[in-house]
Amino acid sequence: MRIETRTVGDVLLARVEGELDLSTAAAFREAIDRRLADGAKHLVLSLAGLTFLDSSGLGAILGRYRRVSERGGRMVAADVPAHIVRLLSLSGLQRLIPTFETEAEALQNL
Amino acid sequence: MDAERVVVEFPSKPENLALARVIATAFATRLEFTVSETEEISVAVSEAVSNAIIHGYGEDPGVVRMELAVVDGALEITVIDRGRGIPDVERARQPAYTTCEDRMGLGFVFMESFMDELSVSSAPGRGTTVVMRKRPEREGRDRAATRERLPEQ
Repeated sequence: MRIETRTVGDVLLARVEGELDLSTAAAFREAIDRRLADGAKHLVLSLAGLTFLDSSGLGAILGRYRRVSERGGRMVAADVPAHIVRLLSLSGLQRLIPTFETEAEALQNL
Repeated sequence: MDAERVVVEFPSKPENLALARVIATAFATRLEFTVSETEEISVAVSEAVSNAIIHGYGEDPGVVRMELAVVDGALEITVIDRGRGIPDVERARQPAYTTCEDRMGLGFVFMESFMDELSVSSAPGRGTTVVMRKRPEREGRDRAATRERLPEQ
């Protein structure tokens, strides 16, 4: 699992590639939290490269949502593969974390 | 043991989850599952094995056993641990019930949603056995037809 990040104003854009499960959830949490600590308020998770997600991954995503919300920020997802959208929806996370087709749309909607 | 059964045992470490998923999905190609169904199987396996690692063994090292078979045209996956066991299986299977914060209590929910049948037997101190079955919806159809079901990117 790899994360590539970029800051656009007060938005942290994080591109996640690979698999998000019990073995990679901690690294995901730490990487995002470390970069959020640098001052970004909002978070865009760009997920085109996410090939696998289960409840451990969903829990890590929810944890990031809580962290961002606590600081008054918003979290959205972009470019989400169809089967991942389904998992976000089944878990109820899609109600908390809106999904957009592209990173550009996601950034515009923050 | 049935000659067609595939059995794999591995240490209860998170790094072996991907291995378990790959083995299960490779085995599943014996049946005419769609890409979506295969993804569902992958999640279900990941949940069952994660349960064994987290709840079965916790911090202690243990062995997770996964058995794969085709039974009456259905994929049957069994995940066994000899760990702590579940005191109240009914309660454990309720959505959002969880003894740890990190998976939203979705382990059993996903196993039930994504597989056609799920049975859990467990006893405290003796471990847990999860048996899951799934039958392809498009049984007997031409494999070429399933390419049309690939999800849009």
